[in-house]
Amino acid sequence: MAEMASLRNAYGETLVELGKDNKNIVDLEADLGGSTMGVLFEKAYPDRFFEMGIAEADMASTAAGLAFTGKVPFFGSFAVFVPGRCYDQIRTGICIPSLNVKICGSSAGLSDYGDGATHQSIDDIGLMRGLPNMEVFIPVDANQTKAIVKYMAANNGPMYIRINRNPLPVLTAEDEEFVPGKVYCMKDGKDATIFAYGVMVSKALEAAEILEKKGISVRVVNVPSIKPIDADQVAAYANDVNLTIDEHSIYGGLGDVICAILAEKKPCKVKKYGVNDEFGCSAMNYDELLVEYGFTPEKIAEALETFRG
Amino acid sequence: MGYDIEQMKAFAKQLRHDIVDMINFDKGRVGHLGGSCSMADIVAALYCYKMNYDPKDYKKADRDRLVFSKGHAVIVQYAALCELGVLEKEEINTLKILGSRLQGHPESQKTPGVEANTGSLGQGLSIGLGMALGFKLDGLDSKAYVVMGDGELAEGQIWEAAMAAARFKCNNLIGIVDANGVQANGKLVDRFDQGDQVAKFKAFGWNVIELDGHNMEEICKALDAADECKDKPTVLYAHTVKGKGVSFAEGNHKFHNGALTEEQFYQAHKDIDAM
Repeated sequence: MAEMASLRNAYGETLVELGKDNKNIVDLEADLGGSTMGVLFEKAYPDRFFEMGIAEADMASTAAGLAFTGKVPFFGSFAVFVPGRCYDQIRTGICIPSLNVKICGSSAGLSDYGDGATHQSIDDIGLMRGLPNMEVFIPVDANQTKAIVKYMAANNGPMYIRINRNPLPVLTAEDEEFVPGKVYCMKDGKDATIFAYGVMVSKALEAAEILEKKGISVRVVNVPSIKPIDADQVAAYANDVNLTIDEHSIYGGLGDVICAILAEKKPCKVKKYGVNDEFGCSAMNYDELLVEYGFTPEKIAEALETFRG
Repeated sequence: MGYDIEQMKAFAKQLRHDIVDMINFDKGRVGHLGGSCSMADIVAALYCYKMNYDPKDYKKADRDRLVFSKGHAVIVQYAALCELGVLEKEEINTLKILGSRLQGHPESQKTPGVEANTGSLGQGLSIGLGMALGFKLDGLDSKAYVVMGDGELAEGQIWEAAMAAARFKCNNLIGIVDANGVQANGKLVDRFDQGDQVAKFKAFGWNVIELDGHNMEEICKALDAADECKDKPTVLYAHTVKGKGVSFAEGNHKFHNGALTEEQFYQAHKDIDAM
């Protein structure tokens, strides 16, 4: 069993680490800094932290204004609210001028299990990847969170990072550099390929183990960069039979990205696995909710096996 | 920039001529005449008198910034930038033409001198707030001036920004309300009466100065008075006339955004000359 680590802590700690040398980094929060872990930045650099109150639209546009003065603003909240409550502010004020603003959608996907449909983001990837100039990243673990935040701070332009609320298995090496667009083969296999991100990569790896015992060899590919994405690499890793997993609606997420690439570059079978055009709901814990929505290794393995025929 | 009152009045008059020229009477072109003419005097005072702004070095770090939150009225800012030489004077004839730097709404990455991207209403005050916070972090005395429409104040984000600016004591953020009383579909009082906007700003912790937005002396006095407030943001609540200077457009919502006939085009210039 891999070691578990918090992506949220990695986010906050990395901001603090980067803020030490880069005095232009500022952080804005809308009363959820204790959840995004922007609170760590607040403690370290109170002068460069802005509590914006429960007002996400104002927070997003204020970040744009700060970027116009040369700052590198990060702002965050739950992914349902950022980008959900400030989509137009991100579109008009940040993406059209391609400002250097960094957006953190935290407690994303179903990971805020208790709070129900209002707090579970199943549409944020679709919202953000549709915006010109926006880059969209989803770390698979704490180490990759750190690497992505470093990339975001060091490179110009609007970027969105989608972070899980719960500790996840550590699957990547510490200090591995993040390359936007790159996809990572986590396990090789010759009969089918699963494309996934975030918590779903570990579920896919377990599903691959189940299928391996049945004589089906499955490649598992981590896609931490939804946009940009290296289409040639995706095509190279694709098999005749593929499964994508989205902790997100099957509309607008990774499944659509992979299908579009493969339809053009390597026509093949792709099954989109994810939240089936419905909202989330409350549960007592994350695992219970993942079971409810079919995000277990067993269900994923079954879906791939059935699809493969 | 060393303009006296009479020179500023002449500058404002020229801005109105430029606005009319930009809209022209070409087939297919419409423009926001009303809300641009109502701001011409204040824009003249900002560029010619108040702002720390050098047209030859329009990107200098400590400049004051003028943001049109009511982005549709940016053509009055384009006019000023053309007159000051930040943009080419000939560009007046290129509004909204395919490939032109003069877009229908402000785009900072396309147009020199345009400081932010607005047009979806309600966002500019927050952007100005971010600039004001950035100036303070950098120890600059610069100010952000943000022009809003009175109709625009229906956008809730304006009041989020108003709250935040007061909480951060951003005395370097100056809001300007173009209180012309007319929005796209008619008079505010008829379409969507917002009540006492001045009282609202006061309740949100702002220093409020009311003025006649077409009286150059009063405008300059109000802009100076805003500097005196050290612990609050200031809003200049400017009573204006939509379409000011163009007889048939004054107070007429049909010229919020519309086309001009050839006859109206020449009439508008004649009216402005007679101001």
